[in-house]
Amino acid sequence: MNDNRLEPTLHELSRPGRVAVTMPAPSRRANIPPELLRDELRLPEISQLDVVRHYTRLSQLNYSIDTQMYPLGSCTMKLNPKVNDAITAMPGFADAHPMQTADQSQGSLAVMHGLQRILAEITGMDDASLAPLAGAQGELAGVLVIKAYLESIGEKRTTIVVPDSAHGTNPATAAMAGFNVVAVQPQPDGDMDLEHLREALEEHGPTVAALMITQPSTLGLFDRNIVQVAKVVHGHGALMYGDGANLNAITGQVKPGDLGFDVMHINLHKTFSQPHGGGGPGAGPIVVKEHLVPFLPSPHVVLDAGGSTLEAGSNRGSSNLHPPASSFALVDPPFSIGRLGAFHGNFAVLLRAYAYISSLGGEGLRAMSEAAVLNANYIRARLRDAYYLAHEERTCMHEALFSAKKQKAQAGVKALDIAKRLIDYGYHPPTMYFPLVVDEALLIEPTESESKETVDAFCDAMLAIAREVETDPELVRTAPHTAPLGRLDEATAARKPKLRW
Amino acid sequence: MPTPDDRRYSKEHEWLKADGDEGSIGITEYAQEQLGDIVYVDLPEAGSSVAQFEKMGEIESVKAVSELFSPAGGEVTASNAALVEKPELVNTDPYGEGWLIRIKTGDTAEADKLMSAADYDAFVQGLG
Repeated sequence: MNDNRLEPTLHELSRPGRVAVTMPAPSRRANIPPELLRDELRLPEISQLDVVRHYTRLSQLNYSIDTQMYPLGSCTMKLNPKVNDAITAMPGFADAHPMQTADQSQGSLAVMHGLQRILAEITGMDDASLAPLAGAQGELAGVLVIKAYLESIGEKRTTIVVPDSAHGTNPATAAMAGFNVVAVQPQPDGDMDLEHLREALEEHGPTVAALMITQPSTLGLFDRNIVQVAKVVHGHGALMYGDGANLNAITGQVKPGDLGFDVMHINLHKTFSQPHGGGGPGAGPIVVKEHLVPFLPSPHVVLDAGGSTLEAGSNRGSSNLHPPASSFALVDPPFSIGRLGAFHGNFAVLLRAYAYISSLGGEGLRAMSEAAVLNANYIRARLRDAYYLAHEERTCMHEALFSAKKQKAQAGVKALDIAKRLIDYGYHPPTMYFPLVVDEALLIEPTESESKETVDAFCDAMLAIAREVETDPELVRTAPHTAPLGRLDEATAARKPKLRW
Repeated sequence: MPTPDDRRYSKEHEWLKADGDEGSIGITEYAQEQLGDIVYVDLPEAGSSVAQFEKMGEIESVKAVSELFSPAGGEVTASNAALVEKPELVNTDPYGEGWLIRIKTGDTAEADKLMSAADYDAFVQGLG
């Protein structure tokens, strides 16, 4: 442990009597009953400069996409353009309140309606709902929409089929929505095994409600059987659910709706450049084909019929993605699955995504996915001799899936050790041990945002680590060495957690 | 660590060691190695019953939570209380102190549905 690199807490910096700001004494004592008053309050006492330095140093310990590359597979840690923030800070948006009436909120509603239309267009679907507050909630909404639709046509279906390479949220979502989960395995080449899928569908027959599948798959591969898969699934009266986690690879190239998907969720924080994690607000819109539109969550933004007639002339043949203002309304779809949260979703996140998509345009979005796939394949080519490739024979999409099994067999060095050693080289570790179907998995996604120089430097670090495994495996097994904290004892932390200090 | 040949094995990587009309149950070396550091084990209580190849509990490692499937059916007579404080026993001694539960075995034919140590080793080999 390198204690000198750790930042002390405010209480450790505290010295009795030291003050940051001298406050004037209150002119009048508040009328507080004496038994509620206390003589002592343990607040840190620190000078103003020390407070500033404390928080500045803490911020420097942070690792973020604004400081370094973040090759976290399946997470699409791309640039979050600052213009998105500038737009959300515009007073017309920043000062809007969700309790304002629709006629006072036409600008915000126009953005939401525009985003609904754009997302439907990008994915080849008929409509979208912006109500889900995160990707996982989008999944739940999508599966509940499927359930409501099937019930409306008198079908009682209780099973959802999921490939065993799926994101863990897929089976969890299906279970939460009350379905049984049946897993199917991919073929050795990574594509869906049509025979196995047929067998599963025949075995569970008319109880199968849907197949939940990620395209491209979590193996970083475009499933070449997808059209056939959709035909088989539809042939059994079941629906195709698309997990949009990997949409960044195919945006502007192919539309999931054209591949046979009936519903999918989109992670705006991945493909459409929203900040990730940290417990911040999320957004996981869903897009659906026409037969599912009446079941979408509430509220849904529509172009008011009266308004559209009235305004039709002023549209001047411009793109119908940007209809004229003053005619948008919030409605409950007729057979809606209901609300997923208060008000209208995380509006600022939706607005940032709208800004991002608008700034790129159709050509830009296509260039985005091309560069993302190119960057991943460049990494795949540079590292393939040093690390075992899970699917040697195929080019990848937006992420390259390696395995540390060569290093494990050679020197007992695991994916975890390599990930920890990358910290010493200044990189965030890639996704590891996912997907579960690949032993010692290292899933690397550079995104389109990184320059060739950055991608090269990352590859150089990975190659240097591979050489270290041969010459000094202990160095890798005990990494990180330069981080403020060394190797953390995760097992003891989980076995004997200390939940306060 | 060689696979002990005094017991039988399931495809779910559990073992059953017969001892008169009782049997003890645990997970294999391969299973603990795949799971990684075990941090918590959720086992059926004494007096409850388990069925062969049915879910009997959960095991949590730093990587994931996995289901435990009983290699045999019967009434649970004891669960390993030492694992509450020291779940790492499953890692350090999966075939000994890291046992999970003891059961009163009923159907002796059930053991025939399990593998010998040699067959289990071949099975694990086949998993690559």
